[in-house]
Amino acid sequence: MSVAVKKDFQQPKDFKFSKENMVKVELHISKYPKGRQASAVMALLTIAQEQNGGWIPEAAMEEIARILDMPRIKVFEVATFYTMYNLSPKGKHHIQFCTTTPCWLAGSAEVVRACEKHLGIHLGETTPDGEFHLSDVECLGACVNAPVFQHNGDDFYEDLTPENVVKVLDDMKAGRAKPGSQTGRATSMGIKGATTLHDQAKKAGVKDAG
Amino acid sequence: MPKLTIDDIEVTVEPGTSIIQAAEQVGIEIPRFCYHDKLSVPANCRMCLVEVEKSPKPMASCALPCGDGMKVHTQSEKAKQARKNVMEMLLVNHPLDCPICDQGGECDLQDQAVAYGYDRSRYEEEKRAVTNKNLGPLVKTVMTRCIQCTRCVRFGEEIAGVEELGVIGRGEYLEIGTYVEQMVTSELSGNLIDVCPVGALTSKPYAFTARPWELRKTPGIDVLDAVGSNIRIDARGGEIMRILPRLHEDVNEEWISDKTRFAVDGLKSDRLDRCYVRRNGRLEPATWEEAFEAVKTEAKKRTFGAIVGDLADCESVVALKDLMESLGAKNLECRQDMAQIDPAHPAGYLFNTTIAGIEKADAILLVGTNPRTEAALVNARIRKTWLAKRIKVGVIGRKIDLNYPAQYLGAGPETLAELAEGKGAFAGVLANAKNPMIILGAGALRRADGYAVAALARKVAEKFNMVKDGWNGYNMLHTQASRVGALMLGFVAGDAASWQKVDALYLLGADEMPVENIKPDCFVVYQGHHGGKVAARADVILPGAAYTEKSGTYVNTEGRVQNGLQAVFPPGGAREDWQIIAGLAAVLGRKLPYETLPQVRARLAAVNPAFARVDEILPAKWTAFGKDGKCDAKPFGAAIENFYMTDAISRASKTMQACTDAFVKAEEEKAVAHG
Repeated sequence: MSVAVKKDFQQPKDFKFSKENMVKVELHISKYPKGRQASAVMALLTIAQEQNGGWIPEAAMEEIARILDMPRIKVFEVATFYTMYNLSPKGKHHIQFCTTTPCWLAGSAEVVRACEKHLGIHLGETTPDGEFHLSDVECLGACVNAPVFQHNGDDFYEDLTPENVVKVLDDMKAGRAKPGSQTGRATSMGIKGATTLHDQAKKAGVKDAG
Repeated sequence: MPKLTIDDIEVTVEPGTSIIQAAEQVGIEIPRFCYHDKLSVPANCRMCLVEVEKSPKPMASCALPCGDGMKVHTQSEKAKQARKNVMEMLLVNHPLDCPICDQGGECDLQDQAVAYGYDRSRYEEEKRAVTNKNLGPLVKTVMTRCIQCTRCVRFGEEIAGVEELGVIGRGEYLEIGTYVEQMVTSELSGNLIDVCPVGALTSKPYAFTARPWELRKTPGIDVLDAVGSNIRIDARGGEIMRILPRLHEDVNEEWISDKTRFAVDGLKSDRLDRCYVRRNGRLEPATWEEAFEAVKTEAKKRTFGAIVGDLADCESVVALKDLMESLGAKNLECRQDMAQIDPAHPAGYLFNTTIAGIEKADAILLVGTNPRTEAALVNARIRKTWLAKRIKVGVIGRKIDLNYPAQYLGAGPETLAELAEGKGAFAGVLANAKNPMIILGAGALRRADGYAVAALARKVAEKFNMVKDGWNGYNMLHTQASRVGALMLGFVAGDAASWQKVDALYLLGADEMPVENIKPDCFVVYQGHHGGKVAARADVILPGAAYTEKSGTYVNTEGRVQNGLQAVFPPGGAREDWQIIAGLAAVLGRKLPYETLPQVRARLAAVNPAFARVDEILPAKWTAFGKDGKCDAKPFGAAIENFYMTDAISRASKTMQACTDAFVKAEEEKAVAHG
């Protein structure tokens, strides 16, 4: 998590937004009053990260600073503040484990250990083939389905166990992994089925949703 | 006008005053780290917490405006406890390295920890470490000591105008950094050292050389530009250790330029500390008697001319003037750069608006000047005014890199002539401005048609009504500390080049004169403190004192008379300059009518009464200066090429050499690379 950017990778020399992305960039800038275009910095960082395969190179920050007419350091400040912006390559699949208390109570430590063992890397490292990068993050807000991980800052994989997580990783590599609960439960429904308010619904003569 | 009580003292303040400022007005000091008089208020250090009655929690007094009927307690149990807690948290990650820290003894954190903190630590966990940053050859960083007050970030944004420092990361990992390891390129960067309340940013050249309690502090005046910055000279024994700014709201506020601060090591090398006399073509060491005799022998045969250099004090200038006039010399000159400045019209050579007056301006036209290098603190005022009011700035001359937006108008006199006729892109701006200003640099007058350029600038000033009751918007920006004083004393001949005809020359620290224009058989006396190509041409060298080694009077570009005190003695056999001239005068049988410093100053006031009015601005009468004439189309040059090396002292400074290598040469290489 440290700000110190690792230097064991190549920074691209320059960065330009693609044509399609430039349309998005302009849309975001147009949301703010004239002279306040710097407010679009977060949106532009996100677009740059998506375009560049999951991380933001220095050249992109410079390009954003140029487009928004703001000092480069101000872009850098924002990019280093939020953990969702990556300033170094994070592999093809960036796996972000939640290790905060509810996930931890539900066994996230074991899940992480199983992944580390399976991939042969530690948290904060990338596999030699560049497929996987493991990192830990604070609460992802999906405690009901703990333990969970987030894939490439987007999809959640839930209800993980040391066993099923290995399968998820293999499926992911093969391109057939499915986000969501890995134990087959629908969204965040209770593990034992719908129990809460069950009797009350019956009493009131309301149709039971579960 | 809110009326409130602070520690039971009643005080009425201007609306919008914060509690910390109100407390200062009644003499109550509230501890602070992030709050700084001249910077914006982020209220992030929480050290200035006070108790305000009816408020459930302690309040940050720096960010809380005074309200009517407020009852503030700065010494209550609640306030004291709040500060203790804040101090404990600030010290969590602060290393216990005061004994090896350069800030030790003058550290806000150290002082306030003693005054407001606990007397022991309860912290047993590990402290964090932060990698140091490379901010260039002037500012040393020990980032682990940083308490994230962000004063340096705000100084960069608000005063220096270089947005290179920032707060990166968050939480435990938050640190002050630059964009991907970049140096801070500002001519005011040394002030970061002063604003930093802890030992995170310290002076690189001064590192590990002295402790504050060993230093003798002397108030002085800076001579490395014509701003007349008020400085504090810190010396240990006979050695100058460092230069710090002294508060003067109307001149330098509380900042000084990097040259002022760091060129001081140039006082230790290449010094002239004994007399020399040329015998058989070689300069040989001599005694004062021998040197004076050598001058006496030649003075009988020749007629002298004299040139005053850029660093001379007014006392030595008036003494030299009296001596030379008694010898019948007519070719006295202080304009060694041959700038065509007319001494008869003070309004034409003074910064009439005054430096503080810039804040009232709403449009500024820069002609042949780059205030950023020629007078960094004048530039800081322009930037301050731009920040407050977004004033319009126009530039005629070189395309320069300013730290506020400026409209480029043209390169030479034609653009100025257009404006004088009310035409051109900037004419509308000047016509609509309430308080328009023109700043003319030495670069605009250092040419054969300089008087015509001055006349043109005067016409622009008159055309746009820049001179009226209560406002004089015509300004000349000098770069030499001695220039205005010498002009006021009339140390000028009619023609700036007339000295080239004389057969004997007395050079008072004239290090920038074109030495190749001296006639080969001319007898040259050089009095100064640094060796150089001019001193090497001399037939007699008299070792003088640098600005830290004499009590001197200097007049800045505004015409402000200021006195600096002597901090140390001149090295070896060197003497104070006016005393050397007085001694020589006695040998030549032209004894000067003064023997003590007060007597010389009385003489100064007799020659020009303005010298009796120390630290006052006397408005100059608007007169028709300059000469109407045709102007050459040649573009305006620059008065200074390299900010870091402009005079004998900064050229001898290793620190200034390092800055030249790091900033100026790097810029040049970049320019070449980008074609």
